[in-house]
Amino acid sequence: MSEMVKMHAVQAINAALHEAMAADDKVLVLGEDVGDKEGGGITGITSGLSTKFGDDRVKSTPIAEQAIMGAAIGAAMAGYKVVAEIMMMNFTTVAMDMIVNHAAKLRFMSGGQTSVPIVIRTLTGAGWQTAGQHSDFLEGWFAHVAGIKVVCPAFPADYKGLMLSCIQDPDPCIFVEAGGTFFIPNDVPDDQGPIPLGKANVVQEGTDVTIVTWSAQTIRTMAAAEAIAEAGISAEIIDLRTISPWDKETVLASVEKTGRLLVAHEASRNFGPGGEIAATVSEELFGKLKAPVKRLGGPTCAVPFAKNLETAFIVQPEDIVAAVKEIMA
Amino acid sequence: MAELSNAPKPASEDLVDIYRRMLRIERNEDAVLASMRRGRLTMPYYSARGQEVIPSTISHFLNDEDQICTIYRGIQDMVAKGIPLKPLWAELAGRVDGTCKGKGGAMHMTHPETGIMVTTGIVGSSMPIANGLGWAAKLDGSKRVVIAYFGDGASNIGAFHESLNMASLWKLPVIFVCANNRFAEHTRYEDGTAVDQISKRAVGYNMPGFTVDGNDPDDMFAHASAAIQRARAGEGPTLLECMTFRFRGHVIGDDDKYMTKEEKEAAMAADPLPALRARLVSEGHATEEELTNMQEKIEKEVEEARDFGLESELPSLDELRRDVFAEEIPA
Repeated sequence: MSEMVKMHAVQAINAALHEAMAADDKVLVLGEDVGDKEGGGITGITSGLSTKFGDDRVKSTPIAEQAIMGAAIGAAMAGYKVVAEIMMMNFTTVAMDMIVNHAAKLRFMSGGQTSVPIVIRTLTGAGWQTAGQHSDFLEGWFAHVAGIKVVCPAFPADYKGLMLSCIQDPDPCIFVEAGGTFFIPNDVPDDQGPIPLGKANVVQEGTDVTIVTWSAQTIRTMAAAEAIAEAGISAEIIDLRTISPWDKETVLASVEKTGRLLVAHEASRNFGPGGEIAATVSEELFGKLKAPVKRLGGPTCAVPFAKNLETAFIVQPEDIVAAVKEIMA
Repeated sequence: MAELSNAPKPASEDLVDIYRRMLRIERNEDAVLASMRRGRLTMPYYSARGQEVIPSTISHFLNDEDQICTIYRGIQDMVAKGIPLKPLWAELAGRVDGTCKGKGGAMHMTHPETGIMVTTGIVGSSMPIANGLGWAAKLDGSKRVVIAYFGDGASNIGAFHESLNMASLWKLPVIFVCANNRFAEHTRYEDGTAVDQISKRAVGYNMPGFTVDGNDPDDMFAHASAAIQRARAGEGPTLLECMTFRFRGHVIGDDDKYMTKEEKEAAMAADPLPALRARLVSEGHATEEELTNMQEKIEKEVEEARDFGLESELPSLDELRRDVFAEEIPA
């Protein structure tokens, strides 16, 4: 039996990086401020790595996102497994050419001769008044690109297990860390190993309605669970964990059982990943649905600064309760 | 052009080797254009005719371990580096025997066996990736060097500046080789670039930078030799701006009205390929007969490669789902 250890996401990712670097000297870390001299990352996720594994394997970089991604891609093509940090998810836009045109496509365009085993670690999430250029959830953008896996954990054990899997994966993974999930301590088995990519986690079983969610929205959905139960509704809550490839099998099996689906995510609703999931369920299970599929997501605006506007941007637990009641009506 | 003290001079065998690589590039391109005219190859083709001295001289100093990242105008760089012509042709034709099973094409060719790691269709993108390969070479404790080929237009995109800064900071074994053919697509050099010599930009990144006569094998030989030695010795990157001229416009089919008739005629009159041939004979490095034999051999190799490539099968449709990830995507 493994012992449970209380840790939060930052500690869980840090533990995964320590384990992976100790197990395989081909694992490298780079990014702005990742070295211990620079504080081990802005949230301390890479803390201790450069002291333990040396400045050659843990490299602090200039503020130059294209150069960071290029260095990660090149080293990965030469046989290394590179965990590259793009400090905030909005800054991936500065390196989009390297990520979308190169990292994601080099295996295909080379006919399988080269591979780019990199993990792009990046932080985002509304709720911290970081506003328009530091809060965007862009998981839908990356999920649309062939050749890149998109991972959005919510709980510390998943952060650790999914990070271990991303590092071992032979292809590029974007690993989205949500500030809203970071400092909530939770149980992590002391021997937590890799958790397979592309597998959802049914965090609560239910029979009336399926709620599909991920990342910080999972935390907010769990906060709604009690009120939903009190309303006499049995909700099955699925934390997708991996957005691309997403676990269709688990979602379809659940909706087949409940006949109802709500997708809730933090990114803007329009053209968001919820659309893909809703469309797939509609195509596959049209005759079995007891209510129209519903999506919740942010409005079509930048994440605002003012606290009241930011709160209104985020899909709150009460929005989820209201949407579930509407579906059941 | 910049002078190097104690500049090494090419010996006979060096010059003959450089010429052989140049001729292989030129004869191959000639056959490509003929096949395009006959409708046997259908693709955008970016000729580097006139620029052959640059990769031929660089490649003279490279071994199979050394790597290059090149660009859509990069077939000359691959041929100079030694890519086998049969899979090259099959790739140009989009066939299954191509280097990339027909899935990359002329603009995205890869052949790691001969050190051709990336060919990119995005201006400026060869450089950040070359840095990563250079970082890996350092971590491996190897002596291999990485060449990032690009054009003058690419020196204006952010990736150039980010890459030179990082390469210098980390003392990477990367040589930034700019073929300055004086046109960025259709835009004249001086209308797109604020500095009169790209090599001057090296100063801002604390690395040696030289403007070299990219059509002169002696000048290229001296600078390529020094830069590669420097990289192998762990002393860091070099920027080489190699002055040249492309004879055939940005892409085959453009009417190159943005060039003046005079400058084009002058450049073509100074074509480095026949000039080197004449020199080899007049200086006694090779005989007419040897060079004719060399040409016949290359032409035969190109013909065989052409026939092989054009006769290869199209890739099967299940290739759409293969190589997206390491594991095959379920249908």
